[in-house]
Amino acid sequence: MSATAVVLFAHPAEEASRTGAMLADKVEGMNGVSVRRLYDLYPDFDVHVEQEQAAWDAADVIVLQHPFYWYSSPALLKEYLDVVLEHGWAYGKGARALSGKSLLSVITTGGSDAAYSAAGHNQFTVEELLRPFEATAHLCGMTYEPPLTLHNANHVSDDMRADFLGTYERRLASLLAARSVEVGRVA
Amino acid sequence: MTSSFLFLATVFLAAAVIAVPFFQRLGLGSVLGYLIAGVVIAPILAWLGVDAVAISHIAEFGVVMMLFLVGLELEPAKLWRLRGPILGVGGAQVLITAFVMMATGMVFGLDWRMGLALGLALALSSTAIVLQTLNEKNQLGTPTGQNSFSVLLFQDVAVIPILAALPFLAHPGGFASDHASTGDGHGNDGGGHGEDHGSASDALFDLTTMLPAWGQAMVSVAVIAGIVVAGRFLLRPVFRTVARTRIRELFTAVALLIVVGIAFLMGAIGLSAALGTFIAGVVLADSEYRHELEGDIEPFKGLLLGLFFITVGAQINFAILLAEPLVIAALLVGLVALKAAVVYALGTIIRLEQGNRITFALLLAQGGEFAFVLFGFMISEDVLPRSITERFTLVVALSMVVTPLLLMFNEMVIQPRLKAETAPRAEDRPDDENAVIIAGFGRVGTVITRFLLGQGIQATVLDNNPDQVEFMRRFGMKSFYGDPSRVDLLNSAGAGAARLLIVAVDDPGEAVKIVETARKNFPHLKIVARAKGRTDALSLTRAGAEGVVRETFDGALMIARQSLEMLGVKPYAARRAANKFKDYDLELLKEQIRSDFDNVDEAERIRRVRAIVDELESLFVQDSQSGKEALRDTWVNNPNAEDR
Repeated sequence: MSATAVVLFAHPAEEASRTGAMLADKVEGMNGVSVRRLYDLYPDFDVHVEQEQAAWDAADVIVLQHPFYWYSSPALLKEYLDVVLEHGWAYGKGARALSGKSLLSVITTGGSDAAYSAAGHNQFTVEELLRPFEATAHLCGMTYEPPLTLHNANHVSDDMRADFLGTYERRLASLLAARSVEVGRVA
Repeated sequence: MTSSFLFLATVFLAAAVIAVPFFQRLGLGSVLGYLIAGVVIAPILAWLGVDAVAISHIAEFGVVMMLFLVGLELEPAKLWRLRGPILGVGGAQVLITAFVMMATGMVFGLDWRMGLALGLALALSSTAIVLQTLNEKNQLGTPTGQNSFSVLLFQDVAVIPILAALPFLAHPGGFASDHASTGDGHGNDGGGHGEDHGSASDALFDLTTMLPAWGQAMVSVAVIAGIVVAGRFLLRPVFRTVARTRIRELFTAVALLIVVGIAFLMGAIGLSAALGTFIAGVVLADSEYRHELEGDIEPFKGLLLGLFFITVGAQINFAILLAEPLVIAALLVGLVALKAAVVYALGTIIRLEQGNRITFALLLAQGGEFAFVLFGFMISEDVLPRSITERFTLVVALSMVVTPLLLMFNEMVIQPRLKAETAPRAEDRPDDENAVIIAGFGRVGTVITRFLLGQGIQATVLDNNPDQVEFMRRFGMKSFYGDPSRVDLLNSAGAGAARLLIVAVDDPGEAVKIVETARKNFPHLKIVARAKGRTDALSLTRAGAEGVVRETFDGALMIARQSLEMLGVKPYAARRAANKFKDYDLELLKEQIRSDFDNVDEAERIRRVRAIVDELESLFVQDSQSGKEALRDTWVNNPNAEDR
């Protein structure tokens, strides 16, 4: 039995996106990977909790792919995590639904590499700014994978975008392969 | 003949119309207004040779109607919960008061039989005054109101055994000297049993004289059972059939038929008419026609009670009052003080808080209309001499006059002092009304009601389609038949205590009428109304609705949003566009309402709307570069757009 990944893609203005939408479209073609476009599913922010929990249940790898909005996720993804990761299911006494799954953040930013550093004008690295997600994964007993970041997503060259897509795909594939071995062993 | 009747009616009505608003303005309540009106027109009545006593017997029927209305407010379960107060507090009040009066009378040298008879007659309070006052102050649901009502109900029933017992208290020697003059006093026909409020039972129909005691009891039980059974199973289909005819006065006729018919029936078997109609009221209390019945009977009751109070005022015998002012004053003070003391003591026993105890005591401290009836009967049965009943008739009438004054003193002086000491308590509010009233139970009203029920919010629903109401009742919804634009229906549906009125009727004219009525009579109510389109929204806002929802607008917007998605626009983008459009449109509507209120002319109105269109367009267009001209055309030039 092979492992699966679900990409939760949160982009409020996908129609104006140059990179994020392309990345989501491409990885959707991979074996065992499904994409949930949150702003299409829940334009009114009424996230369907049971349906989303079922998606997390079915996946071994959960990917949060989104542009950086004010150093964090767009509002809908925050709303999503607030309502879907319920106490008693995702965390709390006896809650093991997400235990052992992988959480991977895939971030596109508008700033430069240099800007996201202690010396840059954003003061913090993307890894540092993603601490809340890391802590979330930890509380839910998930493995927090090192995040992938594409800076300057609006202006990078097509080659760099293609490179990044390659990294993203290889990362997904290796996570899935590792999980498949595990799944096989358990079975 | 006709002209003298019309003249009499004119006198009565004019007196009421002048006196009642005046006294109400002074905060003394309508009862005192009527009583004083009676005092004022007494000379005119005397000059016309009109017998105020005879009129008062007709007017007492108002009390029968009032008991019917009280019954309507009291579902059987609620009545059952009151059994303690009725038998306990009511019984104690009548017996203790009667015996204390008897003892007092004996101290002053009365024979014990005369003392007891007098005590029994004076123990009864005025149902008419007390319930009218409680109604006016909206206090029937409070602990004080419930206890007062319980006592009054017991008194109403107690009249029957008292009447039966009086002959045994007859003075052995009789009062031959004044027996002969029974013509002009307060004696009624003296026919005997069950001659109470308005049940002018004719000898022809006085079945009871023909039967032995056990037979009488059987007949009584059978009739009451008949009223209950008919009320439960027969009246409902009758109401429905009548309501379907949509002839309003026919419904009123049925309502009157029930009350009058039952009163007659009860009189015929020697029972209290008030008791009979009260039972009928209780049986119908959980019927969907309850509010309509209330609305129909209410005006009759009001007029008859008013007439009754006027005749009480007119009966005040100034000759005696002027001849022995001190004696009468002493008797008056004694009566009120003694009755109040007994009730106050009972209030302590049943643990009413102090403020309520005082109100309770003062409410029930007067003599009642029953006393007039009993005095008349006592004279004919040689229980009391005319010299005594004459004075006490005057004292009872005066005690009715001072009741509103005492209550006002209580309200303005005593209660505020106590209030300062104790914080107001939640139980003082009537608690049996829903916070939400929904007018109109069609497609829209049904959805709202279901949604609110899902949120645990009970709503009282009004609709003038009997079949619809019947249907929803089967699902356990609290719904009532009637025209929601009538103030009396709104009132009896609890608009006085409700917080929100939802107007969901289909007909725009109807909706505006309901909003206007509700706004005028219940200024505290929040009102949300359903409008068809822009024009309705304007008139509903003008009528006083705080929230106006155009039923077609949100639907149209949803269609537009879905269409946009089907054209390939992302759902979230479509949502934002639709919401922005909504804001834009609401802003226009608000401006129209503002212009409407400012009463500006056409040119100014167009200028203002254009200013808003320009302002909002610039915002709108920041997101979507195209379509500006189209928008302008839609909003300014397209006449159809005006009503969406």
